[in-house]
Amino acid sequence: MIPEFGLMALIMAFCFAMVQSLCPLVGGIYGQRGLIVLGRQAVIGQFCCCLVSIISLSYAFIYSDYSVIYVREHSDHSLPLFYRITALWGGHEGSLLLWVTLLNGWGMWLALRTRDVNENFMAKIFCTLGWVSSGFLLFLLMTSSPFAREFVNLPLSGKDLNPILQDPGLAIHPPMLYMGYVGFAIAFAFSIAILIEGKFSRETATMLRPWVLGAWGFLTLGIILGSWWAYHELGWGGWWFWDPVENASLLPWLVGTALIHSVMACEKRGVLKSWVVLLGIISFALSLLGTFLVRSGVLISVHAFANDPTRGTYLLYYLALVILSSFSIFAWRGPRLTREGSFDFLSRETFLLFNNLILLVMMATILLGTLYPMLLDALHLGQISVGQPYFNAVFKPLAMLLIGAMAIGPLCTWQSMTLQKLLKKISKAFVVAAIIALLLTYFIFDKFYLMAFLGTFFSVWLCLSTLQSLFKKGFSFSRLKEHRSMIAAHLGVAFCAMGVTVTSYHGIERDVRMAPQETVQLGTYKVTFESTSPIEGPNYSGIGANFHLTKNNAHVANLQGEKRLYHVSQMPLTQAAIKPGLFYDVYIALGEVLNHGAWSVRIYYKPLIRWIWLGGLLMVAGAVLGLRRRGYRR
Amino acid sequence: MRPIRKKRLQIICLMVLALGGAVACILYALKQNINAFYTPSELIQQQIVAGQTIRIGGMVATGSVKHSEDSLDVAFSVTDFTHQLPVTYTGVLPNLFREGKGVVVQGQLSSQGAFVATQVLAKHDENYMPPQVAKKMAKAEAL
Repeated sequence: MIPEFGLMALIMAFCFAMVQSLCPLVGGIYGQRGLIVLGRQAVIGQFCCCLVSIISLSYAFIYSDYSVIYVREHSDHSLPLFYRITALWGGHEGSLLLWVTLLNGWGMWLALRTRDVNENFMAKIFCTLGWVSSGFLLFLLMTSSPFAREFVNLPLSGKDLNPILQDPGLAIHPPMLYMGYVGFAIAFAFSIAILIEGKFSRETATMLRPWVLGAWGFLTLGIILGSWWAYHELGWGGWWFWDPVENASLLPWLVGTALIHSVMACEKRGVLKSWVVLLGIISFALSLLGTFLVRSGVLISVHAFANDPTRGTYLLYYLALVILSSFSIFAWRGPRLTREGSFDFLSRETFLLFNNLILLVMMATILLGTLYPMLLDALHLGQISVGQPYFNAVFKPLAMLLIGAMAIGPLCTWQSMTLQKLLKKISKAFVVAAIIALLLTYFIFDKFYLMAFLGTFFSVWLCLSTLQSLFKKGFSFSRLKEHRSMIAAHLGVAFCAMGVTVTSYHGIERDVRMAPQETVQLGTYKVTFESTSPIEGPNYSGIGANFHLTKNNAHVANLQGEKRLYHVSQMPLTQAAIKPGLFYDVYIALGEVLNHGAWSVRIYYKPLIRWIWLGGLLMVAGAVLGLRRRGYRR
Repeated sequence: MRPIRKKRLQIICLMVLALGGAVACILYALKQNINAFYTPSELIQQQIVAGQTIRIGGMVATGSVKHSEDSLDVAFSVTDFTHQLPVTYTGVLPNLFREGKGVVVQGQLSSQGAFVATQVLAKHDENYMPPQVAKKMAKAEAL
């Protein structure tokens, strides 16, 4: 009964979505104010229905109702309660339901926060959101209802949640990531409304900014959680694999970052208007592309997608419709957006634009590397894979350019600046950073790599010049208060870049064969494999291995790594033994049992790896601080 | 030239330069890092030079996995049920590496015709099977 209730609520939500998308249009044509303002009420109704629907599904999960096919496929009653709930978004149908619910959550939040804003403008926004949402609800109802039931041959246990998803990091990763993805729907709706209105005032930019920041903050958090999860759960010690699924989340992030900065330029100076609108459209289109890539089955093989055509085809048409219609509107109305101010070649605006350009080029290169193999495969031109070296090769130089522009840009003034003044301003931090990077390379890092040196230099430079922007004839608190968001976020990027550089170039990775009581040297550390013991978890059993970590014969840490076997799915999983630290991690992952009691073991020394996620958290903090700031004073 | 035109020209030049640089980087990187994917049967028809990095997908042949006694060396065969390819690898195998399950190996052919893998990938999904192999297995079962 409860699952049917959930399905009914989902159908109701679709009805609300139709009201939301059609009424403002009809009202606009016939001049009926009552119909125009209906969108605001409809989005609230839609959210409540989605919520009821998602609660019904959670109920089926909590009580392991195996008559619901989706529950049977993705859960089991032996799972701990927490994972029975998070199993809801462990598969295709549930995660789309979450997608739509979060979309309407954002919509309702917008409705509640903008009561006193021009209602004609808001009606256009809600109408756009309504179309986006009805497309997805229709997709859910037609091709992938999570409430489908089957009463014959009820199984006694489910197929269990994939063990690698049974981890707190990954349990909350999808909601955060989706909050980011669908948050860009608000920016998209703003873009369409602005285009139809044909006017983009600075007040609108002020109104738009927090929504972009919010979406971007959630997306950043989602990406960090995913990276952290991959590090400690996959057992390879990697934090980024350039996997298509990861790339799918990075694409909207890059464009979202560009969007945040252009919105601020637009708010402050009234420039880059059509650029902002374009970025708003692209960021949401990429979020949809990400959803398509992950959810259509196209990643396993483009032909797997052809075997189950309904879902993939629907999503592809939907994506094409959104992109084509929004770009047509942009081509038609975009030229009406005229800028208010102007700026010289040497100005903060130019650096912002330059940074935007680099971010878009980064996005394009990753998009190419991700889609190219699929395209070739789809056209039967052979199967290829584009490896990590490609992404690293194109990403590194672009990231350095980006960081360079980030270091200079904030020291530039708006509108115009002379070259002498600029050089004088940036030269100090540049020289000091070069010296620090040389010292670090010479005294701390044992080897010299050109790329590692450059990476260190750019990170230090960004850090110094960000801090420099706090000073104006001595330290200034008002500047700290005014620029806190930028400072936190840019320092975050500096930390992240430093972490990435040092981990990639100065880490030690050893794959060894080890029997108990054997010792392996890892840089200045010694790892001793002490013993193994059986372990027993709630829904798995396995072997624990104890390691002892010493440095110069002094005790550092005792670590336990695990090799688990999950009962229901019979899937093995490595739980890495990690000694976390601000400056380095020691990472030990069990491979497999070899003969004579020996194991294959990965033993890694990862310096500064935590800085990657720490930097990410600082970026999120920057977004939060930016949310709290009021509009620019004029 | 009018100042506004001059500025536009400057910006356009900058964009063209950036774009050109990026395209050059991409083409260079793509040339180095594209790896073709074959099944063992397809490999036989191809003229692959020893030392060229490629990917092979198939199933780990049952009974073919042999670990060395004192190192991390391991030898196994990748099969698509028509042809087999012997593979050697040094390192830790992924969790889901099993005899009779799907695997993708990346590496080079040695001059002796064996495949020296630098990377062994088993998908997270236990039911994963490289698509061409899945087709061939379905055929084999139908016979």
